[in-house]
Amino acid sequence: MISNELILAAGAGANPLLPNPWEILVTAAGFAVLLFLVVKYIAPAFEKSYQDRVTAIEGGLEKAEAAQAEANATLEQYKAQLLEARTEANRIREDAREEGAQILADLKTKAADESARITEQAQRQIEAERVAAVTSLRAEVGTLATSLASKIVDDALENDERASRVVDKFLAELETQQNAGASN
Amino acid sequence: MGGALRQITEFAPDRNCREDSALTAFALPTATEPYVPPTISDTHLPEVLPWLAEYGTGFGKQMIMIILSIILIVWFFKAAIKNPKLVPGKTQFLAESAYSFVRNGIGRDIIGEKNFAQWVPLLFATFFFVLLNNLFGAIPFLQIPSFSHAGSAYAMAIIIYGTWIAVGVKNHGIRYFKLAVVPSGVPGWIMPLMVPLEIISNFIVRPLTHSLRLMATMLAGHMIVMLAASGARHLIVVQESLAMNGIGIAVIAGSVAMYFLELLIMVLQAFVFALLTAIYIQGALDADAH
Repeated sequence: MISNELILAAGAGANPLLPNPWEILVTAAGFAVLLFLVVKYIAPAFEKSYQDRVTAIEGGLEKAEAAQAEANATLEQYKAQLLEARTEANRIREDAREEGAQILADLKTKAADESARITEQAQRQIEAERVAAVTSLRAEVGTLATSLASKIVDDALENDERASRVVDKFLAELETQQNAGASN
Repeated sequence: MGGALRQITEFAPDRNCREDSALTAFALPTATEPYVPPTISDTHLPEVLPWLAEYGTGFGKQMIMIILSIILIVWFFKAAIKNPKLVPGKTQFLAESAYSFVRNGIGRDIIGEKNFAQWVPLLFATFFFVLLNNLFGAIPFLQIPSFSHAGSAYAMAIIIYGTWIAVGVKNHGIRYFKLAVVPSGVPGWIMPLMVPLEIISNFIVRPLTHSLRLMATMLAGHMIVMLAASGARHLIVVQESLAMNGIGIAVIAGSVAMYFLELLIMVLQAFVFALLTAIYIQGALDADAH
């Protein structure tokens, strides 16, 4: 179907391997210009954009890490402060308790001393009053008993000397009795 | 006017005036006009400056596209990174992804962590220069990959060739040529065979394949587009049989799939070109490592 002539005809025309010198020149010069522009402007711009992105990402990561570290440090600080505050509170409570106990003990001692003092004073007063009572009783009881006895024995004992001796004897007995009773 | 139409669409409908049209007449039934297949010459459009001058004598469409690609690359990437944001917008993200694809995917992975940084601009410029000029072949009205013209492919290959030889000499002195052509760990008696082979492989074949691989794939893709378009036109417009018209429509439908295949090849060839550039530079940097 396809004749040899046709195939030969397709081969006819210009030789595709023979270059047009002007095209070599234009391509070489054009490529030189393109290469110059790429070297001078395009490649550095892209490399810079790439570097900027790397820097930004690394910077962002560093910033995040720093923030994390700071947060951790603050947390540690708060924890330490909290612990300190708790210790402090415990110490204060302990102190207060001790102080309270101390105060209580002091008050108890003071109260005991006071009561002892009051008791002693009361006893001394009682003793003094008793002595006074005894003295007054001795005088009165002697007079009363003498007058009573003189009335009973009717003048028998009008002699003062005798009367006084009897009274003293009586009183001595009375005292002895009383002492015996007190020692019982 | 006919010339201007040719200028834009590249598919010259009126080729009856060509002297070899009788030779190439395609024997189809009921043809009122013989089918003339496109040739390499059809990729060589008349010049723009001076207007419609013969190809090769002035400033042409292909050169305009080369310059356009440079303007577009610089404009897009400069605009995208003009006000760089830490959290990139859509355009900046796209541009940064494209940049880091070349930087990390080609530069760092091939040349290595230690030395790649200074080669990123070259790889970046190479990749996007080739990529955009290839993609021009898929854009209506532009519709021709700049590198389907051998001159541009040679220019790029020569620049890369000169670069990696300079890198080798700079890093290893004149000893670099010995390192490059005398393989280590090979018995002495095989050297007379190996050294010429290495010289041919490294210093002659390498730049040729580097440029021709790109030129040939782009030219082939472009020829397929031209063939499909002119063939479909002939089948639909010139042929009178309904069946032929139908086949013509089928050709157009099929060429959509070809279009996407071409897109893939355009991107792939740009990647291969930049990848080989990185591999050559790496080879020159670490010439004493193997």
